[in-house]
Amino acid sequence: MFEVIGERINTSRKFVQAAVAERDAEYIINDVKKQQEAGANFIDVNAGARIGHETEDMKWLLDTIQPIATVPLTLDSPDPAVLEMAFAMVEKTPMINSISLEKERFEAMMPFLKGKECKVIALCMDDNGMPGSADDIVARAITLVEELNKIGIPTNAIYIDPLVQPISTDSNKGMMVLDAVRAIKAKYPEVHITGGLSNISYGLPQRHIINRTFVALMMDAGMDSAIIDPLDAKIMATIKTADMLIGNDQFCGNYLKGVRSGAIES
Amino acid sequence: MADFNAIIEALVACDTEKVTQLVNAAITENVPAVEILNKGLIAGMDIVGEKMENGDMFIPEVLMAAQAMGKCVETLKPLLGEGEGRDSASVIIGTVKGDLHDIGKNLVGMMMESGGMDVHNLGVDIAPEDFVAEIKSKNAQIVCLSALLTTTMPMMKKTVDAIVESGLRDQVKIMVGGAPVTQAFCDEIGADGFAPDAGSASKMAKSFAA
Repeated sequence: MFEVIGERINTSRKFVQAAVAERDAEYIINDVKKQQEAGANFIDVNAGARIGHETEDMKWLLDTIQPIATVPLTLDSPDPAVLEMAFAMVEKTPMINSISLEKERFEAMMPFLKGKECKVIALCMDDNGMPGSADDIVARAITLVEELNKIGIPTNAIYIDPLVQPISTDSNKGMMVLDAVRAIKAKYPEVHITGGLSNISYGLPQRHIINRTFVALMMDAGMDSAIIDPLDAKIMATIKTADMLIGNDQFCGNYLKGVRSGAIES
Repeated sequence: MADFNAIIEALVACDTEKVTQLVNAAITENVPAVEILNKGLIAGMDIVGEKMENGDMFIPEVLMAAQAMGKCVETLKPLLGEGEGRDSASVIIGTVKGDLHDIGKNLVGMMMESGGMDVHNLGVDIAPEDFVAEIKSKNAQIVCLSALLTTTMPMMKKTVDAIVESGLRDQVKIMVGGAPVTQAFCDEIGADGFAPDAGSASKMAKSFAA
Protein backbone atom coordinates (compact mmCIF):
# COMPACT_ATOMS: atom_id res chain seq x y z
CA MET A 1 0.00 0.00 0.00
CA PHE A 2 1.22 3.47 -0.88
CA GLU A 3 1.80 5.61 2.21
CA VAL A 4 1.15 9.33 2.10
CA ILE A 5 3.05 11.49 4.59
CA GLY A 6 1.02 14.69 4.98
CA GLU A 7 3.40 17.62 4.88
CA ARG A 8 1.13 20.49 5.92
CA ILE A 9 1.95 20.91 9.63
CA ASN A 10 5.20 22.76 9.07
CA THR A 11 5.96 26.12 10.66
CA SER A 12 7.74 27.28 7.53
CA ARG A 13 4.23 27.53 6.02
CA LYS A 14 2.83 30.99 6.71
CA PHE A 15 -0.59 30.11 8.13
CA VAL A 16 0.76 27.27 10.25
CA GLN A 17 3.45 29.53 11.66
CA ALA A 18 0.81 32.14 12.58
CA ALA A 19 -1.41 29.47 14.16
CA VAL A 20 1.50 28.13 16.21
CA ALA A 21 2.59 31.61 17.29
CA GLU A 22 -0.97 32.41 18.41
CA ARG A 23 -1.52 28.94 19.86
CA ASP A 24 -4.57 28.57 17.62
CA ALA A 25 -5.35 24.91 18.33
CA GLU A 26 -8.52 24.91 16.25
CA TYR A 27 -6.64 25.76 13.05
CA ILE A 28 -4.14 22.94 13.61
CA ILE A 29 -6.82 20.40 14.57
CA ASN A 30 -8.89 21.22 11.48
CA ASP A 31 -5.89 20.91 9.22
CA VAL A 32 -4.86 17.54 10.65
CA LYS A 33 -8.42 16.22 10.41
CA LYS A 34 -8.62 17.28 6.77
CA GLN A 35 -5.33 15.55 5.96
CA GLN A 36 -6.53 12.36 7.64
CA GLU A 37 -9.84 12.44 5.80
CA ALA A 38 -7.98 12.96 2.53
CA GLY A 39 -6.04 9.75 3.11
CA ALA A 40 -2.79 10.73 4.87
CA ASN A 41 -1.12 7.68 6.43
CA PHE A 42 1.24 9.81 8.54
CA ILE A 43 1.08 13.42 9.68
CA ASP A 44 4.44 15.16 9.50
CA VAL A 45 5.03 17.68 12.31
CA ASN A 46 7.80 20.24 11.82
CA ALA A 47 8.23 23.05 14.35
CA GLY A 48 11.62 24.26 13.16
CA ALA A 49 10.89 27.58 11.50
CA ARG A 50 10.46 29.82 14.53
CA ILE A 51 14.12 29.98 15.46
CA GLY A 52 14.63 29.46 19.18
CA HIS A 53 11.09 28.17 19.77
CA GLU A 54 11.32 24.66 18.35
CA THR A 55 11.04 22.73 21.62
CA GLU A 56 8.02 24.58 22.98
CA ASP A 57 6.33 24.73 19.54
CA MET A 58 6.82 20.99 18.98
CA LYS A 59 5.46 20.22 22.44
CA TRP A 60 2.40 22.40 21.88
CA LEU A 61 1.78 20.93 18.41
CA LEU A 62 1.97 17.36 19.72
CA ASP A 63 -0.28 18.18 22.69
CA THR A 64 -2.75 19.64 20.21
CA ILE A 65 -2.58 16.92 17.54
CA GLN A 66 -2.17 13.76 19.65
CA PRO A 67 -5.80 13.56 20.93
CA ILE A 68 -7.29 13.67 17.41
CA ALA A 69 -4.59 11.76 15.53
CA THR A 70 -5.93 8.57 13.97
CA VAL A 71 -2.66 7.88 12.13
CA PRO A 72 0.97 7.85 13.35
CA LEU A 73 3.00 11.05 13.34
CA THR A 74 6.22 11.85 11.51
CA LEU A 75 8.48 13.75 13.88
CA ASP A 76 10.43 16.17 11.73
CA SER A 77 13.49 17.78 13.30
CA PRO A 78 17.29 17.68 13.01
CA ASP A 79 17.60 18.06 16.81
CA PRO A 80 17.82 14.80 18.82
CA ALA A 81 16.77 16.61 22.02
CA VAL A 82 13.54 17.80 20.38
CA LEU A 83 12.99 14.31 18.94
CA GLU A 84 13.58 12.65 22.35
CA MET A 85 10.88 14.82 23.88
CA ALA A 86 8.53 14.28 20.93
CA PHE A 87 9.14 10.53 20.90
CA ALA A 88 8.04 10.28 24.54
CA MET A 89 4.82 12.19 23.78
CA VAL A 90 3.40 10.12 20.92
CA GLU A 91 1.14 7.08 21.30
CA LYS A 92 1.59 5.28 17.98
CA THR A 93 5.00 4.15 16.73
CA PRO A 94 6.27 7.30 15.00
CA MET A 95 8.33 7.92 11.91
CA ILE A 96 11.47 10.04 12.34
CA ASN A 97 12.31 12.62 9.67
CA SER A 98 15.26 12.29 9.16
CA ILE A 99 18.77 10.90 9.19
CA SER A 100 21.33 11.51 6.43
CA LEU A 101 25.00 10.76 5.83
CA GLU A 102 26.02 14.34 6.57
CA LYS A 103 28.53 13.76 9.35
CA GLU A 104 26.97 16.10 11.89
CA ARG A 105 23.42 14.87 11.38
CA PHE A 106 24.45 11.22 11.19
CA GLU A 107 26.41 11.38 14.45
CA ALA A 108 23.58 13.19 16.22
CA MET A 109 20.85 10.86 14.97
CA MET A 110 22.47 7.43 15.39
CA PRO A 111 22.54 7.46 19.22
CA PHE A 112 18.95 8.74 19.24
CA LEU A 113 17.69 6.00 16.90
CA LYS A 114 19.60 3.16 18.56
CA GLY A 115 17.24 0.74 20.31
CA LYS A 116 14.10 2.73 19.45
CA GLU A 117 11.08 1.24 17.78
CA CYS A 118 10.31 3.65 15.00
CA LYS A 119 10.31 4.17 11.27
CA VAL A 120 12.92 6.47 9.83
CA ILE A 121 13.36 8.55 6.70
CA ALA A 122 16.94 8.32 5.44
CA LEU A 123 18.12 11.01 3.03
CA CYS A 124 20.72 10.16 0.38
CA MET A 125 22.64 13.30 1.32
CA ASP A 126 26.25 13.40 2.47
CA ASP A 127 28.90 16.03 3.07
CA ASN A 128 29.57 16.23 -0.66
CA GLY A 129 26.04 17.53 -1.19
CA MET A 130 23.30 16.28 -3.45
CA PRO A 131 24.00 12.98 -5.24
CA GLY A 132 25.38 13.43 -8.75
CA SER A 133 24.42 10.12 -10.35
CA ALA A 134 22.16 7.10 -9.96
CA ASP A 135 25.14 5.09 -8.67
CA ASP A 136 25.80 7.80 -6.13
CA ILE A 137 22.22 7.60 -4.83
CA VAL A 138 22.37 3.80 -4.66
CA ALA A 139 25.71 3.77 -2.82
CA ARG A 140 24.40 6.21 -0.24
CA ALA A 141 21.20 4.22 0.21
CA ILE A 142 23.20 1.04 0.81
CA THR A 143 25.36 2.75 3.45
CA LEU A 144 22.25 4.08 5.19
CA VAL A 145 20.49 0.71 5.23
CA GLU A 146 23.60 -1.10 6.48
CA GLU A 147 24.29 1.44 9.24
CA LEU A 148 20.66 1.53 10.38
CA ASN A 149 20.45 -2.28 10.37
CA LYS A 150 23.50 -2.34 12.66
CA ILE A 151 21.68 -0.35 15.35
CA GLY A 152 18.61 -2.55 15.16
CA ILE A 153 16.38 -0.72 12.68
CA PRO A 154 14.97 -3.35 10.32
CA THR A 155 15.06 -2.69 6.58
CA ASN A 156 11.26 -2.52 6.35
CA ALA A 157 11.25 0.41 8.81
CA ILE A 158 13.59 2.44 6.59
CA TYR A 159 12.21 4.99 4.12
CA ILE A 160 14.94 5.98 1.67
CA ASP A 161 14.61 9.47 0.20
CA PRO A 162 16.67 9.46 -3.03
CA LEU A 163 16.42 13.29 -3.26
CA VAL A 164 14.57 14.33 -6.37
CA GLN A 165 16.34 17.15 -8.23
CA PRO A 166 15.06 19.71 -10.76
CA ILE A 167 14.69 18.48 -14.33
CA SER A 168 14.90 22.14 -15.44
CA THR A 169 18.63 22.26 -14.78
CA ASP A 170 19.49 18.89 -16.31
CA SER A 171 17.28 16.75 -18.55
CA ASN A 172 18.68 13.56 -17.01
CA LYS A 173 17.61 14.24 -13.44
CA GLY A 174 14.36 12.31 -13.87
CA MET A 175 15.97 9.12 -15.17
CA MET A 176 18.78 9.41 -12.63
CA VAL A 177 16.42 9.01 -9.69
CA LEU A 178 14.15 6.46 -11.44
CA ASP A 179 17.14 4.23 -12.21
CA ALA A 180 18.42 4.61 -8.65
CA VAL A 181 15.08 3.64 -7.12
CA ARG A 182 14.90 0.52 -9.30
CA ALA A 183 18.39 -0.52 -8.21
CA ILE A 184 17.71 0.12 -4.52
CA LYS A 185 14.48 -1.90 -4.65
CA ALA A 186 16.27 -4.73 -6.48
CA LYS A 187 18.81 -4.95 -3.66
CA TYR A 188 16.37 -4.38 -0.78
CA PRO A 189 12.83 -5.38 -1.77
CA GLU A 190 11.64 -4.57 1.76
CA VAL A 191 12.94 -1.02 1.99
CA HIS A 192 10.52 1.84 1.41
CA ILE A 193 11.14 4.71 -0.97
CA THR A 194 9.76 8.13 -0.10
CA GLY A 195 10.49 11.81 -0.60
CA GLY A 196 9.14 15.10 -1.77
CA LEU A 197 8.27 15.30 -5.46
CA SER A 198 7.92 18.99 -6.15
CA ASN A 199 11.68 19.52 -6.62
CA ILE A 200 11.40 17.79 -9.99
CA SER A 201 9.38 20.71 -11.38
CA TYR A 202 11.40 23.58 -9.89
CA GLY A 203 11.94 26.34 -12.42
CA LEU A 204 9.19 25.21 -14.80
CA PRO A 205 5.62 26.44 -15.33
CA GLN A 206 2.52 24.31 -14.61
CA ARG A 207 4.38 22.38 -11.95
CA HIS A 208 1.54 20.18 -10.74
CA ILE A 209 1.23 18.16 -13.92
CA ILE A 210 4.97 17.45 -13.80
CA ASN A 211 4.72 16.34 -10.16
CA ARG A 212 1.71 14.12 -10.88
CA THR A 213 3.24 12.47 -13.92
CA PHE A 214 6.48 11.93 -12.07
CA VAL A 215 4.85 10.26 -9.08
CA ALA A 216 3.30 7.69 -11.41
CA LEU A 217 6.69 6.93 -12.97
CA MET A 218 8.32 6.78 -9.55
CA MET A 219 5.70 4.34 -8.34
CA ASP A 220 6.49 2.03 -11.22
CA ALA A 221 10.18 2.23 -10.24
CA GLY A 222 9.35 1.30 -6.64
CA MET A 223 8.39 4.44 -4.73
CA ASP A 224 5.75 3.43 -2.19
CA SER A 225 5.47 6.59 -0.11
CA ALA A 226 5.67 10.34 -0.64
CA ILE A 227 5.79 13.50 1.43
CA ILE A 228 3.04 15.58 -0.13
CA ASP A 229 -0.01 17.71 0.52
CA PRO A 230 -2.89 15.22 0.86
CA LEU A 231 -5.35 18.05 0.17
CA ASP A 232 -4.00 18.18 -3.40
CA ALA A 233 -6.88 16.09 -4.76
CA LYS A 234 -5.35 15.61 -8.20
CA ILE A 235 -2.08 14.08 -7.00
CA MET A 236 -3.99 11.86 -4.57
CA ALA A 237 -6.18 10.66 -7.45
CA THR A 238 -3.09 10.02 -9.59
CA ILE A 239 -1.51 7.98 -6.79
CA LYS A 240 -4.61 5.83 -6.32
CA THR A 241 -4.91 5.27 -10.05
CA ALA A 242 -1.22 4.44 -10.47
CA ASP A 243 -1.41 2.07 -7.50
CA MET A 244 -4.11 0.17 -9.36
CA LEU A 245 -2.14 0.15 -12.60
CA ILE A 246 0.96 -1.35 -10.98
CA GLY A 247 -1.06 -4.18 -9.49
CA ASN A 248 -1.63 -3.05 -5.91
CA ASP A 249 -5.41 -2.79 -6.03
CA GLN A 250 -7.28 -6.12 -6.00
CA PHE A 251 -10.30 -6.03 -8.30
CA CYS A 252 -9.66 -2.25 -8.65
CA GLY A 253 -11.45 -1.80 -5.32
CA ASN A 254 -9.73 1.35 -4.08
CA TYR A 255 -9.97 2.98 -7.48
CA LEU A 256 -13.71 2.35 -7.69
CA LYS A 257 -14.19 3.50 -4.11
CA GLY A 258 -12.32 6.69 -5.04
CA VAL A 259 -14.51 7.26 -8.07
CA ARG A 260 -17.73 6.71 -6.10
CA SER A 261 -16.62 9.11 -3.35
CA GLY A 262 -15.76 11.74 -5.95
CA ALA A 263 -12.04 11.67 -5.08
CA ILE A 264 -11.09 10.40 -8.54
CA GLU A 265 -12.30 12.11 -11.70
CA SER A 266 -10.86 11.83 -15.17
CA MET B 1 26.99 49.15 -38.31
CA ALA B 2 26.54 45.82 -36.64
CA ASP B 3 23.06 44.54 -36.01
CA PHE B 4 23.10 44.16 -32.25
CA ASN B 5 19.34 43.75 -32.15
CA ALA B 6 19.61 40.60 -34.25
CA ILE B 7 22.12 39.16 -31.76
CA ILE B 8 19.84 40.08 -28.88
CA GLU B 9 16.81 38.53 -30.57
CA ALA B 10 18.63 35.32 -31.42
CA LEU B 11 19.89 35.03 -27.85
CA VAL B 12 16.43 35.57 -26.38
CA ALA B 13 15.14 32.91 -28.81
CA CYS B 14 17.84 30.55 -27.46
CA ASP B 15 19.03 30.03 -31.04
CA THR B 16 22.65 29.07 -30.41
CA GLU B 17 23.47 28.56 -34.05
CA LYS B 18 22.16 31.95 -35.13
CA VAL B 19 23.84 33.79 -32.25
CA THR B 20 27.17 32.20 -33.13
CA GLN B 21 26.71 33.03 -36.80
CA LEU B 22 25.83 36.69 -36.11
CA VAL B 23 28.71 37.14 -33.67
CA ASN B 24 31.16 35.66 -36.18
CA ALA B 25 29.78 37.94 -38.91
CA ALA B 26 30.22 40.98 -36.66
CA ILE B 27 33.83 39.96 -35.95
CA THR B 28 34.47 39.69 -39.71
CA GLU B 29 33.03 43.20 -40.12
CA ASN B 30 35.61 44.40 -37.58
CA VAL B 31 33.03 45.39 -34.99
CA PRO B 32 35.01 45.80 -31.74
CA ALA B 33 34.71 42.68 -29.59
CA VAL B 34 33.85 44.71 -26.51
CA GLU B 35 30.83 46.17 -28.32
CA ILE B 36 29.61 42.79 -29.47
CA LEU B 37 29.87 41.65 -25.89
CA ASN B 38 28.22 44.64 -24.21
CA LYS B 39 25.65 45.77 -26.77
CA GLY B 40 24.82 42.31 -28.09
CA LEU B 41 25.38 39.43 -25.70
CA ILE B 42 25.14 41.14 -22.31
CA ALA B 43 22.21 43.29 -23.45
CA GLY B 44 20.50 40.10 -24.63
CA MET B 45 21.08 38.31 -21.35
CA ASP B 46 19.63 41.30 -19.50
CA ILE B 47 16.42 40.74 -21.43
CA VAL B 48 16.58 37.01 -20.73
CA GLY B 49 16.88 37.85 -17.02
CA GLU B 50 13.92 40.19 -17.17
CA LYS B 51 11.83 37.60 -18.96
CA MET B 52 12.79 35.06 -16.31
CA GLU B 53 11.77 37.51 -13.58
CA ASN B 54 8.40 38.01 -15.27
CA GLY B 55 7.80 34.30 -15.74
CA ASP B 56 8.07 34.50 -19.54
CA MET B 57 11.22 32.42 -19.76
CA PHE B 58 12.17 29.38 -17.70
CA ILE B 59 15.35 27.85 -16.32
CA PRO B 60 16.06 25.45 -19.23
CA GLU B 61 15.74 28.35 -21.70
CA VAL B 62 17.92 30.59 -19.57
CA LEU B 63 20.54 27.82 -19.46
CA MET B 64 20.41 27.50 -23.26
CA ALA B 65 20.81 31.23 -23.75
CA ALA B 66 23.70 31.33 -21.27
CA GLN B 67 25.36 28.42 -23.01
CA ALA B 68 25.02 30.19 -26.37
CA MET B 69 26.51 33.32 -24.86
CA GLY B 70 29.34 31.36 -23.22
CA LYS B 71 30.31 29.87 -26.56
CA CYS B 72 30.49 33.30 -28.17
CA VAL B 73 32.42 34.78 -25.25
CA GLU B 74 35.10 32.11 -25.81
CA THR B 75 35.40 33.33 -29.41
CA LEU B 76 35.52 36.97 -28.33
CA LYS B 77 38.00 36.57 -25.46
CA PRO B 78 41.22 36.64 -27.54
CA LEU B 79 39.94 39.76 -29.33
CA LEU B 80 39.23 41.74 -26.18
CA GLY B 81 41.74 44.36 -25.07
CA GLU B 82 43.32 44.48 -21.63
CA GLY B 83 40.63 45.07 -18.99
CA GLU B 84 37.88 45.15 -21.58
CA GLY B 85 34.66 43.24 -21.26
CA ARG B 86 34.58 42.98 -17.51
CA ASP B 87 32.31 45.10 -15.47
CA SER B 88 34.30 46.45 -12.57
CA ALA B 89 31.94 44.82 -10.08
CA SER B 90 33.49 41.92 -8.21
CA VAL B 91 30.88 39.56 -6.81
CA ILE B 92 31.33 36.67 -4.43
CA ILE B 93 28.58 34.11 -4.06
CA GLY B 94 28.19 31.03 -1.89
CA THR B 95 25.84 28.87 0.13
CA VAL B 96 26.21 29.42 3.87
CA LYS B 97 27.82 26.97 6.28
CA GLY B 98 25.83 23.81 6.99
CA ASP B 99 23.88 24.06 3.73
CA LEU B 100 24.84 22.00 0.68
CA HIS B 101 22.32 23.24 -1.89
CA ASP B 102 23.86 24.72 -5.00
CA ILE B 103 21.41 24.77 -7.90
CA GLY B 104 19.78 28.14 -7.23
CA LYS B 105 23.04 29.78 -6.24
CA ASN B 106 24.75 28.56 -9.43
CA LEU B 107 21.93 29.97 -11.54
CA VAL B 108 22.27 33.35 -9.84
CA GLY B 109 26.05 33.27 -10.36
CA MET B 110 25.60 32.32 -13.99
CA MET B 111 23.13 35.14 -14.65
CA MET B 112 25.45 37.68 -13.01
CA GLU B 113 28.38 36.39 -15.03
CA SER B 114 26.28 36.61 -18.19
CA GLY B 115 25.51 40.16 -17.14
CA GLY B 116 29.22 40.97 -17.34
CA MET B 117 30.11 40.80 -13.67
CA ASP B 118 33.24 39.27 -12.25
CA VAL B 119 31.70 36.39 -10.30
CA HIS B 120 33.60 34.25 -7.79
CA ASN B 121 31.52 31.22 -6.91
CA LEU B 122 32.83 29.88 -3.61
CA GLY B 123 30.62 26.78 -3.56
CA VAL B 124 28.54 25.39 -0.70
CA ASP B 125 28.99 25.08 3.08
CA ILE B 126 30.99 28.33 3.31
CA ALA B 127 31.83 29.55 6.81
CA PRO B 128 31.36 33.25 7.76
CA GLU B 129 35.12 33.74 8.15
CA ASP B 130 35.69 32.36 4.64
CA PHE B 131 33.23 34.87 3.18
CA VAL B 132 35.13 37.62 5.00
CA ALA B 133 38.49 36.36 3.72
CA GLU B 134 37.16 36.19 0.14
CA ILE B 135 35.73 39.73 0.31
CA LYS B 136 39.26 40.88 1.15
CA SER B 137 41.12 38.80 -1.42
CA LYS B 138 38.69 39.43 -4.29
CA ASN B 139 38.06 43.04 -3.29
CA ALA B 140 34.36 42.28 -3.61
CA GLN B 141 31.65 44.90 -3.84
CA ILE B 142 28.76 42.47 -3.71
CA VAL B 143 28.33 39.37 -1.56
CA CYS B 144 25.51 36.93 -2.29
CA LEU B 145 24.44 34.45 0.39
CA SER B 146 22.26 31.45 -0.33
CA ALA B 147 20.37 29.23 2.14
CA LEU B 148 17.74 26.64 1.28
CA LEU B 149 16.88 25.40 4.76
CA THR B 150 15.12 27.04 7.67
CA THR B 151 17.84 25.45 9.82
CA THR B 152 20.64 27.26 7.96
CA MET B 153 18.97 30.66 7.69
CA PRO B 154 20.46 31.73 11.06
CA MET B 155 23.88 31.16 9.48
CA MET B 156 23.05 34.02 7.08
CA LYS B 157 22.74 36.33 10.05
CA LYS B 158 26.02 35.03 11.47
CA THR B 159 27.69 35.70 8.13
CA VAL B 160 26.32 39.25 7.97
CA ASP B 161 27.47 39.78 11.58
CA ALA B 162 30.96 38.49 10.72
CA ILE B 163 31.17 40.93 7.81
CA VAL B 164 30.17 43.77 10.14
CA GLU B 165 32.76 42.71 12.73
CA SER B 166 35.48 42.50 10.09
CA GLY B 167 34.98 46.18 9.33
CA LEU B 168 34.17 45.42 5.68
CA ARG B 169 30.44 46.13 5.88
CA ASP B 170 30.67 49.54 4.19
CA GLN B 171 32.64 48.10 1.27
CA VAL B 172 29.99 45.56 0.24
CA LYS B 173 26.33 45.19 -0.58
CA ILE B 174 24.95 41.95 0.82
CA MET B 175 22.28 40.07 -1.11
CA VAL B 176 20.37 37.05 0.21
CA GLY B 177 18.23 34.41 -1.46
CA GLY B 178 16.92 30.83 -1.31
CA ALA B 179 13.52 29.20 -1.00
CA PRO B 180 12.75 30.04 2.66
CA VAL B 181 14.29 33.55 2.53
CA THR B 182 11.98 36.57 2.48
CA GLN B 183 12.32 40.35 2.26
CA ALA B 184 11.37 40.52 5.95
CA PHE B 185 14.19 38.14 6.86
CA CYS B 186 16.60 40.16 4.71
CA ASP B 187 15.66 43.32 6.62
CA GLU B 188 15.81 41.56 9.97
CA ILE B 189 19.40 40.37 9.53
CA GLY B 190 20.58 43.65 8.05
CA ALA B 191 21.26 42.53 4.48
CA ASP B 192 20.86 44.98 1.60
CA GLY B 193 18.70 43.07 -0.83
CA PHE B 194 16.59 39.98 -1.39
CA ALA B 195 15.90 38.56 -4.83
CA PRO B 196 13.34 35.81 -5.49
CA ASP B 197 14.91 34.55 -8.75
CA ALA B 198 18.16 34.62 -10.71
CA GLY B 199 16.91 37.24 -13.18
CA SER B 200 16.02 39.78 -10.52
CA ALA B 201 19.17 38.95 -8.54
CA SER B 202 21.31 39.86 -11.54
CA LYS B 203 19.38 43.08 -12.09
CA MET B 204 19.74 44.00 -8.42
CA ALA B 205 23.48 43.34 -8.44
CA LYS B 206 23.84 45.60 -11.46
CA SER B 207 21.96 48.38 -9.72
CA PHE B 208 24.21 47.99 -6.65
CA ALA B 209 27.31 48.09 -8.83
CA ALA B 210 26.19 51.15 -10.80
